[in-house]
Amino acid sequence: MSVPRLRVPKTAKKGEVITIKSLIEHPMESGFRKGPDGKMVPRMIINKFTASFNGKQFFGANIQPSVSANPYIEFDAKIDADGTFDFAWTDDKGVVTKAQAKITVAAA
Amino acid sequence: MSAGRIKQVLSALGFAAMAFAMVPAAASADDAKPAATEAAYVPKGIPAPAGSVFKTLFSGYQFRSADTRAMQDDDFSNPGMLSVEAATSEWSHVDGEAGKSCASCHADPAKTMHGVGTHYPRWNKVLERPVTLEQQINLCRTNNMKAKPWAFNSENLTNMTTFVRYQSRGLPVAVKVDGPMSVWFDKGKSLYYQRIGQLDMACSNCHEKYYGKHIRADLLSQGQTNDFPTYRLKSQHLVPVEKRFQGCMAKVRAKPYKIFSDNMIALEVYTAWRGNGLPVETPGVRN
Repeated sequence: MSVPRLRVPKTAKKGEVITIKSLIEHPMESGFRKGPDGKMVPRMIINKFTASFNGKQFFGANIQPSVSANPYIEFDAKIDADGTFDFAWTDDKGVVTKAQAKITVAAA
Repeated sequence: MSAGRIKQVLSALGFAAMAFAMVPAAASADDAKPAATEAAYVPKGIPAPAGSVFKTLFSGYQFRSADTRAMQDDDFSNPGMLSVEAATSEWSHVDGEAGKSCASCHADPAKTMHGVGTHYPRWNKVLERPVTLEQQINLCRTNNMKAKPWAFNSENLTNMTTFVRYQSRGLPVAVKVDGPMSVWFDKGKSLYYQRIGQLDMACSNCHEKYYGKHIRADLLSQGQTNDFPTYRLKSQHLVPVEKRFQGCMAKVRAKPYKIFSDNMIALEVYTAWRGNGLPVETPGVRN
């Protein structure tokens, strides 16, 4: 898998709600399609996404086969302290792709 | 840290379709003006250059939903940019017996490839025929790098074509059809107006006479190629222009022309000329 794309602000005011965007390259093969040889193409999707802040998970998604290739996930988080975001994508083979982003609280 | 709120886990196709269904239909009975895709959005065209078949040129972008347009506009969410990034590293990847990469001859692609994507298909003096951008990349690989050519519609070739054309994003399409190209232009023009297939339809029947109107739930475009290779939400990958032509031909139940055949290249030359003046949008995002 490629390096996931992230858009996380570097700084935020205390109590500010920020928007986090993520995009990862993945075929998201649904398992319902037939290949050129007429045989079913085995399912191969990212089935789980998690987002943690300072080690504590605050957002997650169980992803199902209807999601398109290259899943784009956008969500909000309220920032109260400096810290590190950890993002993890798990696919059907059990491969976990990880990414990290840091954020600091700026004086209001 | 409060719990995050999910805004959208984007199943792009489903999402676009959902948004489309919620918007009240704004179909226009006016022959001249394209119907708006939403109540608030009126397609914006640019005046066509002299000699064009259109009065106003509309990019296919103008007929897409707000979600699809937003997806193309933001490089972060545009899935075609993944291919641009992939080809960026491929640019300096040494391949073939000559021990060269693309970067050996064309050092900084942002400068050396700037504007290149606007004028393909282009006349090749050695071969004495027009070559498409895909063919030119393969000519470079076989002649200069002594590497194996990439297969048409392969990930490598489509990524590289997208990358080269991306360097011209925003520049107007400027395909030359004078001199020796005029034979190919005339051939492409006759093919464009030639009815084919069991449905007995020509390109012009949809893309000249009825652009901006509905074909089932979708809006017909002018059939411009300024966004190719384009990311199709339907196929979930980048589609080269000749592959798209084959799709159209199959839909009218005709036997599609072979890739890089004389007919196909003539049609590509003529169709590209019809979009002269439109800005290159590669990588575009379409349904």
